[in-house]
Amino acid sequence: MPIQAPSLDLIPVLPEIILAAVALALLVGGAVLRREDPRLGGVVSLLAVAGAAWASITLWDREGEAEVLGGMVATDRYAVFFRLLILAATATTVGLAHHYFQRTPEDHRGEFYPLLLLAASGMTLLVSAANLLMVFLALEVLSLSLYILTGFSPRRPASQEGSMKYFLLGAFSSAFLLYGIAMAYGATGTTSISGIGRALAGRTEAPALALVAMGLLAVGLGFKVAAVPFHQWTPDVYQGAPTPVTAFMSAGTKVAGFAALLRVFMVALHPLQWEWRPFLWGLAAITMVVGSVLAIAQSDVKRMLAYSSIAHAGFILVGVTAASQAGISAAMFYLVAYVAMILGAFGVVLVVSGRGEERTGLPAYAGLAERSPALAGLLALFLLSLAGIPPTAGFIAKVSVFSAAIQAGYWPLALIAVLSSVVAAYFYIRVIVLMYMEQPEESAGLLTSPAAGIALAPAALATLVLGVFPSLLFTVLETASVLRL
Amino acid sequence: MKVFPWLSVVTFVPLAGAAVVLVLPKGRDALYRWVALVASVATFVIALGMLGAYDAQARGFQLLERATWVESLNFRYVLGVDGISLFLVLLTAFLMPLAILASWKVDRGVRYFMVAMLVLETAMVGSFLALDLLLFFFFFEALLFPMYLIIGGWGGERRVYAALKFFLFTMAGSAFLFVAILFLYFRADPHTFDLVELQGLALPAVTARWLFLAFFVAFAVKVPLFPLHTWLPDAHTEAPTAGSVILAAVLLKIGVYGLLRFNLSLFPEASAYFRTFVMVLAVIGIVYGAILALAQRDVKRLVAYSSVSHLGFCVLGTFAFTTEAMTGGVIQMVNHGLSTGALFLLVGMLYERTHTRDLDQLGGLGTVTPALAGFLLVVSLSSLALPGLNGFVGEFLVLIGTFPVHRALTVVATVAIVLTALYLLWAFQRIMHGPLRAEQVRHPDLSIREYAILVPIVAAIVFVGLFPKPLLDRIEPSVEDAARTVQDAGPAPALGLEVP
Repeated sequence: MPIQAPSLDLIPVLPEIILAAVALALLVGGAVLRREDPRLGGVVSLLAVAGAAWASITLWDREGEAEVLGGMVATDRYAVFFRLLILAATATTVGLAHHYFQRTPEDHRGEFYPLLLLAASGMTLLVSAANLLMVFLALEVLSLSLYILTGFSPRRPASQEGSMKYFLLGAFSSAFLLYGIAMAYGATGTTSISGIGRALAGRTEAPALALVAMGLLAVGLGFKVAAVPFHQWTPDVYQGAPTPVTAFMSAGTKVAGFAALLRVFMVALHPLQWEWRPFLWGLAAITMVVGSVLAIAQSDVKRMLAYSSIAHAGFILVGVTAASQAGISAAMFYLVAYVAMILGAFGVVLVVSGRGEERTGLPAYAGLAERSPALAGLLALFLLSLAGIPPTAGFIAKVSVFSAAIQAGYWPLALIAVLSSVVAAYFYIRVIVLMYMEQPEESAGLLTSPAAGIALAPAALATLVLGVFPSLLFTVLETASVLRL
Repeated sequence: MKVFPWLSVVTFVPLAGAAVVLVLPKGRDALYRWVALVASVATFVIALGMLGAYDAQARGFQLLERATWVESLNFRYVLGVDGISLFLVLLTAFLMPLAILASWKVDRGVRYFMVAMLVLETAMVGSFLALDLLLFFFFFEALLFPMYLIIGGWGGERRVYAALKFFLFTMAGSAFLFVAILFLYFRADPHTFDLVELQGLALPAVTARWLFLAFFVAFAVKVPLFPLHTWLPDAHTEAPTAGSVILAAVLLKIGVYGLLRFNLSLFPEASAYFRTFVMVLAVIGIVYGAILALAQRDVKRLVAYSSVSHLGFCVLGTFAFTTEAMTGGVIQMVNHGLSTGALFLLVGMLYERTHTRDLDQLGGLGTVTPALAGFLLVVSLSSLALPGLNGFVGEFLVLIGTFPVHRALTVVATVAIVLTALYLLWAFQRIMHGPLRAEQVRHPDLSIREYAILVPIVAAIVFVGLFPKPLLDRIEPSVEDAARTVQDAGPAPALGLEVP
């Protein structure tokens, strides 16, 4: 029997190839030239991101098989859409990192940008993974890079501590995921996402192994998206990591994690939806409530935003729980809005925190409106969007996930969600109170830079424009939210 | 023929003004004030144009504007005006320039203050004109934040507490509204937020009642109805003058307007079911507000509690379901906006002079500032419903229309009118008569700017009092339609409180 070699059409993974190649070139180049110029790294990274984005865009109208490279990589618009979102987040992060290294040049080492690009390639691979093994592989690529990036500011013990915690708990969750994959293979004889879906679709009752697999996969992916009760690492890691990394992590990991979670649950485990919907229902509810309530007690803005990002994972899970086309597209809209606002919020936090990232406590925000009206205005916009107040993207995002839930008959879940957002509004508003209604402790101006401004402007623009003209994105989502498997 | 989009223009001109203020160069406070004033006056002129374009003979919504907002989800942009919203928009546009004039002496963060005021105006006008539930909710939520900033940024000593309380109360109320709106959207086939299309929706009685309550809570917080009123005295007292004026004159009306526009028309049967319950709450508010007003030493708090009392009349009239009472309720909304708005303006002017709002610290000012005293008297009389001034028309119609429906409640509400006279005149006496305190001998009387604020508002008070016909002619047909919807649903007395 002739062995059929898998086709070697690498175009569908060109974005990842570009990212990884540039990352390696930067690493080697830095070592050979013995020059660690943060500006050079940033510019090259931006070029790599632009190249990857271009490669992704050409995949948008790609005809042909749904899965390529031996069924490992999906070529649907869903993957392209999420790739672009992650690349946008990466580009913003490069801008923020540039600001960070301008302020603290001694923190820079040549590995930073390569690791960032590798993490990004892991994320983009994750969103296009069509096989659970690829999911695992991509997840490891992004996680390993992020573990190191978290510990990237050597003078702050919190950074090291966060890195260690993230690594230990992350490794633990990877084990869960891997075990889940093994169980899924045991139940169906395949690790292909669409294959598992087909194998399960024929059964009249769900095999016990498949249910165990479902639970383990939910735990593994729930860890990555920081759903309660798998969220314990989030506050420490978000607080400890250098703020550009926090921004990147909070946006990118969540997007990639949810993209994989949606694909796994909506395709592979779709036949089991009556088993996993109640499970995710509970997960969504507890995540929203715990995230919102615990955020109130925080006095450090990075920690507060960490809990807020946990709560947002809950809101997105509401869309997943609906398990409908409307739910997928709502969750995708939410993720876009979330990326814009969380990157923006962490971006402002970065600028405010100053050299050595010492001023991340709430008092640093007192009277910010007087010290820097532009920064205060931006942060107010992002916080309002996180709180879901019109006319921001966060409002439309909430409308769409809640309506998907109500459409699926989950109105109690929607009510819990709305009430959690009221609780959440309290702590977002508290920061705005501080900025606009209190006197500043110090009157010194803030060190801003054009890089930070250029990075934040698109986020602010997206937050506003998607709030007023959401149809711009919904039109794209009509085709992008279709999982072609 | 392409008609002029009056409603969109009147809604968004203030926002455009805000954008202009925002891009002006730094440190030009006077310029910000003037731009804001011009924008708000322009809005008023456009609102008058809208009044001219409104056809008093026609029924239903007019000057409709429809556009698609999000195609795939059937979110729409629908604006329309009827006799009920017409005068509320006009009131908003009329008071905003006066409120901006009254804030002429705000000297800290002038730019942001003016931006917040103008954004607030857009949100308020939009709330009154939106005929799509999601669009309404959009504006309804959007007005929260600027109001919050105005109270918290430029208010009195306990402003942060008051602003937060205001924000959280309203936000919690609207959470229920939000879920109910989404629920309705999916009940409709095809899914829609369009108010007119949703009116025909057949709902099971129990579902409709729950939805009614969800809407009701959101609006009752805004009105505010007893026992959800506790945020109001704090917010009013701590807000700067312009904030109090807009809060009392317009924001509270959105609550009553919401009840009238959405609760009655979407859930007529449930409205009939809860009718007595709501009327009882309204009357409790009327009496309780009046009694509390009587006990206040802080003038601003006194006026705030009087708002609770007066808004009770609006709700009472609305839920009496007779054309007279409901017309009275709408007129009362406009009147309360004029007279309580004026009261807050006057209290603000008083405070600028004396730096106290404590009734025990005031006295004898009538001899120092006779013009201010004169205006305060006229406005107080209007607020206590003296015949010939505007307040009378509304309260009279409400009581006349409620009497055949529920005598006992009407009688109790009437008693409160006496209390109103008592607290307002007593306050007037304590401020303007009696011995003059030594430190308050040298206060200037009204300035030209203050005359410019007060004369138009008093003119409006007298005009509505003597010649309410133009208002009634336009309000009545719209209210009749609303009344007919609920009456058709049949009187279903609840709680057994009906008096034979």
